Amino acid sequence: MPVAVEDVLAGNRLALARLLSQIENDTAEGRQILNELFPHSGQAALIGVTGAPGTGKSSLVNQIAYHYRHPADGRQPKRVAVVAVDPSSPFSGGAVLGDRIRMHSLSGDPDVFIRSMASRGSLGGLARATAGLVQAFDAAGFEIILIETVGAGQAEVEIARLAHTTLVVEAPGLGDDVQAIKAGILEIADILVVNKADRPGVEQTERALRGMLQLAHPGKRQYHHGRLISAPEPEEKPLNEPEWVPPIQRTVATEGNGVSELLALIDQHRDYLKQTGELARREAARLTAEVDLLVEAGLVDRWRRGLANGWYQEVLARVMNREISPRQAAAKLTASKREEG
Amino acid sequence: MSQEKIRVIVAKPGLDGHDRGAKVVARALRDAGMEVIYTGLRQTPEMIAEAALQEDVDAVGLSVLSGAHMALVPRILELLKANGQDKVGVFIGGIIPDEDIPRLAEMGVAGVYGPGTRTDDIVQDIQKFAGQKS
Repeated sequence: MPVAVEDVLAGNRLALARLLSQIENDTAEGRQILNELFPHSGQAALIGVTGAPGTGKSSLVNQIAYHYRHPADGRQPKRVAVVAVDPSSPFSGGAVLGDRIRMHSLSGDPDVFIRSMASRGSLGGLARATAGLVQAFDAAGFEIILIETVGAGQAEVEIARLAHTTLVVEAPGLGDDVQAIKAGILEIADILVVNKADRPGVEQTERALRGMLQLAHPGKRQYHHGRLISAPEPEEKPLNEPEWVPPIQRTVATEGNGVSELLALIDQHRDYLKQTGELARREAARLTAEVDLLVEAGLVDRWRRGLANGWYQEVLARVMNREISPRQAAAKLTASKREEG
Repeated sequence: MSQEKIRVIVAKPGLDGHDRGAKVVARALRDAGMEVIYTGLRQTPEMIAEAALQEDVDAVGLSVLSGAHMALVPRILELLKANGQDKVGVFIGGIIPDEDIPRLAEMGVAGVYGPGTRTDDIVQDIQKFAGQKS
């Protein structure tokens, strides 16, 4: 059954659910509807939640969503979407997606929409279609979109490119302070959360994180997206702009302790992003990367279709025979004219 | 590159607390290349139907050991239908007396699996069902 754009925009949950599948399966229909929805997107606050397995990401996402639905200070409840990514099996391609287990307190609320996603072979903590799902939720009027990553470990930096505010969740008793100065996951944190803060060792964990922040205060964020096309350098940040130093918040997600304070920090970070123009810069970097990726895929596709029959296999065979190097082979294959020899 | 996966919810409605069977089935479906949304214990029919809607699943697998299946299953079928998901297959595992099986089939349950069922049989039935659906 085809999905109607109007139904998605009008808040029809079945239409939205079906659209999300179309996007995940990268169908022509899904791509078409996303094109039509794109002008409606760009309103939502995108909040990423990452961290090692077992730090309590799902429980925390549950609490954050719950607090946005039931604000303590009498503010308007927000419509919340959750995209929770879990790994696909590299062998069978199947997956067991278990993030919903921790999100029971959100059930029965029509203004919450939780979608589990398998990573489908993608590395970096998100699935290839995660950005598309987020765009669909955004266009469908969800004001807060929580994105929970796979949680595999130190290389999950994709989330920083997608989210406006990235929470890195740590828990007591998981590694020493050398973990904290390694590149990658801690560098992307806008807010550090020490969850399970009722457990022993919480002081050491917090001290290690604080030490890391002083040791390696993150400089200006440059996106190394390593794409085919080099994006124009973003404008230099004026020197008098305040720097955001990632705050550390303790939480006990199973009890909800510290979550109101965490929400206040998320709001503060969003205000900071808006006031300094960083929000626009991040959006620009993200959309540039997305366009680059699509251009790259399009070019490769066109190149593949333009290849003479058998030419690719022929060149490849010469590489196998150690006649030419992979680099020479690539030069031959991408040359505008087919040269013999 | 379009790559469709069969999506299945595995849930335990009602109050009994034994989820080993559900986990074994979830794992078997995963190993068959399906995406299994595991929602855990003590789910109400409303929670299961809501999850089935949000996750846009092809099938719902229910594990019931408490004997409450004749109360829970019709309610779940009713809610799925109300949500426009009448094409979703409902499969039941657990302790289901023989005399209930025809009645469940009449309600529209696609398969009932008692103790000793081979997981391969469940996998094949769901694959067959999902293939027929579209």
